[in-house]
Amino acid sequence: MLFGYSFGDLGSILVMQGFAGLILFSVFVLMALGLAIIFGQMGVINMAHGEFMILGAYMTFLCSNLFQTYLPGLFGLYFFVAMAIAFVVAGALGLATEWLLIRHLYARPLDTLLATWGLSLIMQQAFRSIFGAREVGVELPSWMMGSLTFGSIDVQINGLFVMGLTLIITGVVALLMFRSRWGLQVRAVVTNRTMSGAVGIDTRRIDRLTFGLGCGIAGVAGSAFTMIGSTSPSAGQLYIVDTFLVVVFGGAQSLLGTIASAFTISQSQSTLEFFTSGSNAKVTTLLIVIGLLMLRPQGLFVLKVRK
Amino acid sequence: MFNVRGLNVAYGQSQVLHGIDMSVAQGEIVAVVGRNGMGKSTLMKSLIGVLPSRAGEISVEGIDVAGMPSHARVKRGLAYVPQGRQIFGTMTVRENIETGLVVTGKSDIPDEIYSLFPILAEFDKRRGGNLSGGQQQQLAIARALASDPKILLLDEPTEGIQPSIIKDIAVVLKEIRQLRNLTIVVCEQVLSFVLDVADRILVMENGRIVHQDQRKNVDEAAIAAYLAV
Ligand SMILES: Nc1ncnc2c1ncn2[C@@H]1O[C@H](COP(=O)(O)OP(=O)(O)OP(=O)(O)O)[C@@H](O)[C@H]1O
Ligand SMILES: [Mg+2]
Repeated sequence: MLFGYSFGDLGSILVMQGFAGLILFSVFVLMALGLAIIFGQMGVINMAHGEFMILGAYMTFLCSNLFQTYLPGLFGLYFFVAMAIAFVVAGALGLATEWLLIRHLYARPLDTLLATWGLSLIMQQAFRSIFGAREVGVELPSWMMGSLTFGSIDVQINGLFVMGLTLIITGVVALLMFRSRWGLQVRAVVTNRTMSGAVGIDTRRIDRLTFGLGCGIAGVAGSAFTMIGSTSPSAGQLYIVDTFLVVVFGGAQSLLGTIASAFTISQSQSTLEFFTSGSNAKVTTLLIVIGLLMLRPQGLFVLKVRK
Repeated sequence: MFNVRGLNVAYGQSQVLHGIDMSVAQGEIVAVVGRNGMGKSTLMKSLIGVLPSRAGEISVEGIDVAGMPSHARVKRGLAYVPQGRQIFGTMTVRENIETGLVVTGKSDIPDEIYSLFPILAEFDKRRGGNLSGGQQQQLAIARALASDPKILLLDEPTEGIQPSIIKDIAVVLKEIRQLRNLTIVVCEQVLSFVLDVADRILVMENGRIVHQDQRKNVDEAAIAAYLAV
């Protein structure tokens, strides 16, 4: 007996909370992926990253409404179209943001913080004006509803779906990073920006593409987010702090570190939430992260090479 | 084919290069010698564009590149091997060379590069940062050659390298010049290396070219005197 639960119960609780944690993990990974590649590439912390996610969520919402009204027969497929639209719209806005705002501020990291924070406020107000202040939710297609039962444990199909999606996107980003020309250039710029220019890499162009891609991934995270939370103009704010935590904890330049760190944080949060209140869970998670960061200030994963 | 006119470069208030003039013919190897802190690296950095110039003209085949960002200069035919090599330590040897390839739009590393530096073919998958200093130097040269340059800028390629490898590097430089009719500008302090590779020698002192001569006319003792502290 522990906390008044039998060990059998405790096992089920752990698995079920663990699963709930996995959906949170998915959103964290997608958000952190975008934030981390942008931060790694150009040292810019995108304070509006949560709003790019919510933009993706609204796109998904619009898309589901459009399908319901005009193409009810194809409703089962709307989510895939929505993801593509969310990626393109958030990515395009990201490209525009880089061109209009960020590229003028590269020499001034603190100003990029302020500027993107300002952008996040503008975007929130734009959402409020366009979509209204009330929360909106999307209708799930029927094949995504319901759950599968494994013994005494129920898992929701949409949760499984979101996780599969996350795996695929992470895999694609990893492939791009380690197999594509773009990835080669990103890794070079991250290692040594000046020298990258001197070997012929157009670092500014890579910055723009990277910022766009990072925002696009946030948009897809927004699509996933519609399945587990309701969309409102300021919902992105709730996730941005946790995502920072994930990035810093993982070591900003390691994909694997980001994933491991998202896993640790989402799991400890969701497991602890069962036993204590939400805010206690958050405090404990923070304490764990701080403790681990004191032991490993460079984050969980760092590549070792000689200097 | 490569001309520099009245190049002025400063770090903040302190001017380091005072009106450098030089012109280099196609296929020529020019060595710039000078003691520590005389401005050799500053010259190289401003030629490739990682350091802005205050005034002056840098032209490649008649086109002034002085206002261009460095990647555009690489596209025009300049390539740079920095002092201290600065290879991308966490990336593999192959990936390091591929970064030079980006500007050409090609996707395969020419065999020629591996035949110039067989050691790189052997260590293809190893991280650049785990190579020895001499191997890193070869990698830095290979990376620069991958962009298919017309003019190769080398900043102290012999620094911290044992005499036998220094000889190898000299052989390779002359070989590439032969192979591609490449123009080479190299900054150096090791006199034996300079006398071995250069067609012409310029002496730099306090940001000015104070003396220059063809290799065949050069008075070794006079150059040595400029290098002595
Ligand atoms: N970033 C910098 N800021 C201010 N002054 C600098 C900077 N870099 C170099 N200098 C100064 O410019 C002068 C020329 O330096 P440079 O590095 O070009 O010399 P060098 O000839 O390459 O010397 P070495 O043989 O030691 O490599 C030196 O007096 C140096 O102190
Ligand atoms: Mg130097």
